[in-house]
Amino acid sequence: MCRIWFRMSQPSDSTGAKGGEQSAEGGSHVSVFLNTHTAALNPETKLFSAFTADTHTSKVYLAGRECLNEEGQTFVLPLVGKLKKQISADPTLCPEYPSSLGLAEFTKRATEFALGKNSLALMENRVFGIQTIGCTGAVRLGAELLKHWYNTRAAWCGPVYLSSPCDDSLASIFEAAGIQDIHYYFYWDAKQRDVCVEKLLADLEQAPEQSVVVLSASAHCPTGADLSEQHWALIIQLMMRRRLFPFILLPVQGLCCGDLQRDAWPVQHCASQGMELLCAQSFSHCFGLYGDGVGNLLCVLKQSSLLSAVQSQADRLVRALWARPSVGGARVVATVLSNPAYLTKWQEEVKHIVERCMLIRERLRERLRLLGSPGCWDHLIKQRGLYCCTGLNGQQVEFLSKRRHVYLLPNGCLNVSAINSSNLDYIAESIHLALTSAL
Amino acid sequence: MIPCIAMSIFSEVPQAPPVAVFKLTADFREDSHPQKVNLGVGAYRTDDSQPWVLPVVKKVERLIVEDSSLNHEYLPILGLPEFRSAASKVALGEDSAAIKDNRVGGVQALGGTGALRIGAEFLRRWYNGVNNTATPVYVSAPTWENHNAVFADAGFKDIRPYHYWDAAKRGLDLSGFLDDLEKAPEHSIFVLHACAHNPTGTDPSQDEWKKIAEIMKRRNLFVFFDSAYQGFASGSLEKDAWAIRFFVSEGFELLVAQSFSKNFGLYNERVGNLTVVARDNENLTRILSQMEKIVRTTWSNPPSQGARIVGKTLNCPELFAEWKDNVKTMADRVLLMRDQLKAKLQALGTPGTWDHITQQIGMFSFTGLNPKQVEFMIKEKHVYLMASGRINMCGLTTKNIDYVAQSIHEAVTKVQ
Repeated sequence: MCRIWFRMSQPSDSTGAKGGEQSAEGGSHVSVFLNTHTAALNPETKLFSAFTADTHTSKVYLAGRECLNEEGQTFVLPLVGKLKKQISADPTLCPEYPSSLGLAEFTKRATEFALGKNSLALMENRVFGIQTIGCTGAVRLGAELLKHWYNTRAAWCGPVYLSSPCDDSLASIFEAAGIQDIHYYFYWDAKQRDVCVEKLLADLEQAPEQSVVVLSASAHCPTGADLSEQHWALIIQLMMRRRLFPFILLPVQGLCCGDLQRDAWPVQHCASQGMELLCAQSFSHCFGLYGDGVGNLLCVLKQSSLLSAVQSQADRLVRALWARPSVGGARVVATVLSNPAYLTKWQEEVKHIVERCMLIRERLRERLRLLGSPGCWDHLIKQRGLYCCTGLNGQQVEFLSKRRHVYLLPNGCLNVSAINSSNLDYIAESIHLALTSAL
Repeated sequence: MIPCIAMSIFSEVPQAPPVAVFKLTADFREDSHPQKVNLGVGAYRTDDSQPWVLPVVKKVERLIVEDSSLNHEYLPILGLPEFRSAASKVALGEDSAAIKDNRVGGVQALGGTGALRIGAEFLRRWYNGVNNTATPVYVSAPTWENHNAVFADAGFKDIRPYHYWDAAKRGLDLSGFLDDLEKAPEHSIFVLHACAHNPTGTDPSQDEWKKIAEIMKRRNLFVFFDSAYQGFASGSLEKDAWAIRFFVSEGFELLVAQSFSKNFGLYNERVGNLTVVARDNENLTRILSQMEKIVRTTWSNPPSQGARIVGKTLNCPELFAEWKDNVKTMADRVLLMRDQLKAKLQALGTPGTWDHITQQIGMFSFTGLNPKQVEFMIKEKHVYLMASGRINMCGLTTKNIDYVAQSIHEAVTKVQ
């Protein structure tokens, strides 16, 4: 589809484009971008704009992506703050171009972090990691790698299966990489307020061979509802039988259950079953490094003989995307992961966040119980990580924002860390009203 | 454990060719010769062959690390606002009418490469139709080798060279260039180097730029500037941005991919900005809305550190003055090395003319050495340069310049 929209030769047309001014030297009078559509506001931006414009004193925003502390500020880990100061004062660090693959110490540690030091795949040299710009960068790079190189003979271009619901930018990332064939598998059961693995398996059973399936290792965004080990065993069995390729998201290792191993278990398990996989890791949340965009794309291959070639192609793709990543955040993460004392300290600080989130979930559930809110609220404490899917429907969510100035994501999910002792009562009351008012 | 015996999905993937300049540096590192010199990779070095942290950058970094009021959230998708506006202003000038007309916007990007990629993705989607991958994209012959890859990966199918370097006369092939402009299909995109052309160091003169602009306007060709060396080339921000500002004053809508890696020495912070000059504010708004969508699917939120450093520096008059001074220091050292290299070659009586060394501008110089001579330089003299004959002037120091001049002399006299 290449219609030429833009016709140049109308020198007498000075009104040309919408509100176009006359060109300084009699050139074009119509913008070459006349036909650029205004992009639909991304839902998050829209929501946040509405919140910003809201003048109500009790307004609360529960749809953000950052992990907040009790004061409603972005959580800064004391250890990270200290290390940043240390690193900035280090005279031996020089402003060189980093490798396009990223800081070697970072990718080595990040990869080990996810797979576990004793991973057979690591020992057999079948794994590589590439530092990326956050989780988005990792997913984008992985998508580009698949688009260009997944089964070269078959000219693969999908399908990719995403969970329903999932992070709203995931589909667009795959599309940006040139993969238009996106499907969704059943994940969150709104009635049961839980994952429905039977329906999930039924959907994957229908997926064509060689489909890529995006799965969340832990702290599923946006529901917070994760798969159990038994679920994973069934899913992996099916995927191997039907030759489906796993692309696993690991956005908050350590922040979900407070247990590094447990949060990454699905990745380790797939690798131990001999599967090839891609894994997109982010260190933004668990290190409070939002402004640094620290991510890692991990690739486990079946044979070590393929490593050099596949890595070289991923490297080539990086060089046309962002050339090289920024190093600041990666240095902090590498420093922590390679130093046992720092690692212990970091785990303590992260545990504090995890416990706070768990406490908030319990207190919210308790408040709702005390208020006599209808329904069962156990799912609040079953879910883990930063996000929580309340199970509220669209109407109730709208009631919350319009009448109570409490902003949730349209699908009823919210960021647990944005709840604190100052706003918990108001939020619980609001949810109660949403459930009980005639809408 | 269930053995998984199916074939790897990556079993047919071929090894990608190594990037020439990285391979050169790798070879250099392994070389143990005491007089080895690296004239390959494009980064600034002091006279002691060390990377240089600009004093103003050190100062600003300290200010940032001590600033407890800074928030630690994700940056907005389009980047740090004060960085974006300051970056566009530095390219277009304090008194830019386009900025006053509110038709200039910036998109923070991961270095110059990131800015090029976002711009390319945008043009492929929204320029010359919708998703028109057939729009020809012209890059100079020669050009920075990554230009091709960025536009190809963004989806453009037709990437062509335009005449630029005249090897025989060691200068700009203006007639070839203008001819290509006349013959290019209307609406073709041309990637122009704003100054300090990489790899030749040869820029059009102001009169030559005027001729180029005249044809581009008449034939409705799209201008995409790559500006990686503003300030670094001549020591003057204004001089190095002359071409960009001229085109803007001529009424062009255009994109400028800016890099602050070299002029701020922030190679590892990845600071870039894509400046958009649109017909009017209404167009600009729509364009930026699409840019945001593209960024959201590439890296989502850019890193903050480099943008904070540059933003703070550009927005504070004292720091800005100090930065311009630091940039001039770098540019002056390069100019000195150019003068000295030419003088030494002339003193040695090296055959050929060497005026191009001082006529060329910026970090790079196309020496005119042929591949055999280059091989001699590397293998026999342990002086590393690109097969094209390109040298990085920053690799020259007062300590090694005699050796390099002598090596070039031998290469030219012994190897044909």
